[in-house]
Amino acid sequence: MKVSDQNWLYTISSKQKLIDFNFKEIWRYRDLLTLFVKRDVITVYKQTILGPLWYIIQPLFTSIIFTLIFNNLASIPTGDGVPAFLFNLAGITAWNYFKACLTGTSDTFTKNQGIFGKVYFPRVIMPLSSVVSNLLKFGIQLLVFAAFYLFFVFGKGATASPNMGLVFLPLLILTMAMLGLGFGMVISSLTTKYRDLSFLVQFGVQLLMYGSAVMYPLSYFDEKLPEYSWLVEHNPIAIVIETFRHVALGVDSLYPSKLIYAIIFSVLVFLAGLIVFNKTEKSFIDTV
Amino acid sequence: MSDIILQVENISKQYRLGLVGTGTLSHDLNRWWHKVRGKEDPYLKVGDINDRSKKALSDYVWALKNISFEVRRGEVLGIIGKNGAGKSTLLKILSRVTSPTTGEIKTKGRIASLLEVGTGFHPEMTGRENVFLNGAILGMTKNEIRNKLNEIIAFSGCERYIDTPVKRYSSGMKVRLAFAVAAHLEPDILVVDEVLAVGDIEFQKKAIGKMQDISKGEGRTVLFVSHDLSAISTLAQKTIVLSNGEIAAIENTDKAIAIYSNMESQAAVFNQEPLKNVPSVTRVEIVTSEGGVLQANYKPFKLNFDINVPEADYKNLSVSFQVFNNLNKAMLFSYIFDIDQPICRKKGINNLSYVFENLRLYKGNYYIKVHLANSKTRQKFQEFDCCSFEVEMLNLKEPEWGWQQNVCQYIDDGKWVY
Repeated sequence: MKVSDQNWLYTISSKQKLIDFNFKEIWRYRDLLTLFVKRDVITVYKQTILGPLWYIIQPLFTSIIFTLIFNNLASIPTGDGVPAFLFNLAGITAWNYFKACLTGTSDTFTKNQGIFGKVYFPRVIMPLSSVVSNLLKFGIQLLVFAAFYLFFVFGKGATASPNMGLVFLPLLILTMAMLGLGFGMVISSLTTKYRDLSFLVQFGVQLLMYGSAVMYPLSYFDEKLPEYSWLVEHNPIAIVIETFRHVALGVDSLYPSKLIYAIIFSVLVFLAGLIVFNKTEKSFIDTV
Repeated sequence: MSDIILQVENISKQYRLGLVGTGTLSHDLNRWWHKVRGKEDPYLKVGDINDRSKKALSDYVWALKNISFEVRRGEVLGIIGKNGAGKSTLLKILSRVTSPTTGEIKTKGRIASLLEVGTGFHPEMTGRENVFLNGAILGMTKNEIRNKLNEIIAFSGCERYIDTPVKRYSSGMKVRLAFAVAAHLEPDILVVDEVLAVGDIEFQKKAIGKMQDISKGEGRTVLFVSHDLSAISTLAQKTIVLSNGEIAAIENTDKAIAIYSNMESQAAVFNQEPLKNVPSVTRVEIVTSEGGVLQANYKPFKLNFDINVPEADYKNLSVSFQVFNNLNKAMLFSYIFDIDQPICRKKGINNLSYVFENLRLYKGNYYIKVHLANSKTRQKFQEFDCCSFEVEMLNLKEPEWGWQQNVCQYIDDGKWVY
């Protein structure tokens, strides 16, 4: 009986292909994904009094502070008829999702080395579950945003008006998820060997927020700091947030070409993340 | 003949010694440069064999080198070896936690590993929720778990606490629950590493029984790593002995265990340096009936000890020894106390012997463990293993079917009345 003639289910080998994703296997582990999401959701606020209310409190208070500092104190304009609070809430809601995706996935390997060192499952399940559970959190925050939106439009007579672009909201969310996940996977792969990056993420994310048009419209930045505006204009997150405010509030401007650029950019980042992650997961346990 | 389900070909694994993380950037760049030019990894060529006790000659070490073996469907394969022999590395490669440096493993079935039970338990979630999570981590689907949930809970014996967060569990309960989940997995190949070390005796028995069911009853293949030689000999038909990252033997379990215990210590004479300022045993010698390390059953057997004492008139010395079998079970024990009758009172080397008129131990491999202590202060000076020997049934009339392994521990006098 010649062994090489037999049908093997799979082979564990030292050789590596560039892209070696077993999508069938990932699909087989889909229940694990939902269970991880469930774990993330139910365990975060265990033994807290306010529980999931924290999901809501954080963006609300940040918006209030932003409104006080940036709009009342620094007088950044937010567009005609749109309350500054609503403007900030929109920016923060969108930014929070990107930030959660990035920070939630950027320590995948170091945080899970205990479990990864003991048992095999497709590693990509971990970052994916983080993105999905953050999506639930984002959904709650979006509902809060909608509630305030209705309050301001009907209660206070604000003129903010959404437009047809709202149907593209899922696309915007997907773009943010791919960007956060892509960068997160690259960073988590590199931190297995070089821990420097985890420090970079901590304050880098903080700084990136100021370059991502969260608390100001792109046009205002253009007007005040024209020599640096290319930085923000080429920041895909800034473009996505700007677009989100445009479709939701009717403020800011929509640049279709820039949006397409942002989408292509995030797809590329996502693919790069997958490749790097895939390469690292094979033997990171030896270097972590 | 059952077919081959797992084939391991020339698996090697290289690790870098010392502080991983410093200086790796330059090695990484060098490696990458070789790869770009289509050359072999320059660091694969260097590397010592994996001997913990020797000083390294190079920065890289082979934790495993050229491991090849096959496993047939339904077989239980034991893996034994000293600490650091490469057992866990091998299991990690088999369970795809890390990939081999060279070589290939081919398998016809799904491999599930049980390297450490309770992996992925979340302390804040209840036992029930953790059963689902842990099961999914090990590769089960939600439906499979739901169908077996009652069975799993019953097996774990944690019914009462199943809706309590796991952080309130005792460590033993966690292990029970985790093993229960793992035992109800249905992989084609189950990889188990030292899980039985925790948990009480009752549960250990239950676990070994379950593993026997898995292999015999359900025809699944099990790879089992343990230091518990008696568990290995109960479960495994064939055993691999690993030594310094290489396969020392692949044999039937009894033979493999004998080879393994002979690797530990062989000589009939054992010498060691005396300790400073306290009494110590410097030499142990066994005198067997057949010479060397071979002893016949029911023949005289003698132990000679040389004991170094730092001062004259040293009091309260106690000398004792045990005889262990190759499954690390103690068979015999004897002791002598200075308080009962003076022993070893002169400065320097003192001689002491113990004589068995008729050693009744049954056929098998044995070794000696020596203890030296002060019976008054309770200070223990020494405890060490030495002098292994083999007992053969040379003088007794052989039964029709020959002397079988592990039939009994010793043969005593007595007679049939009819």
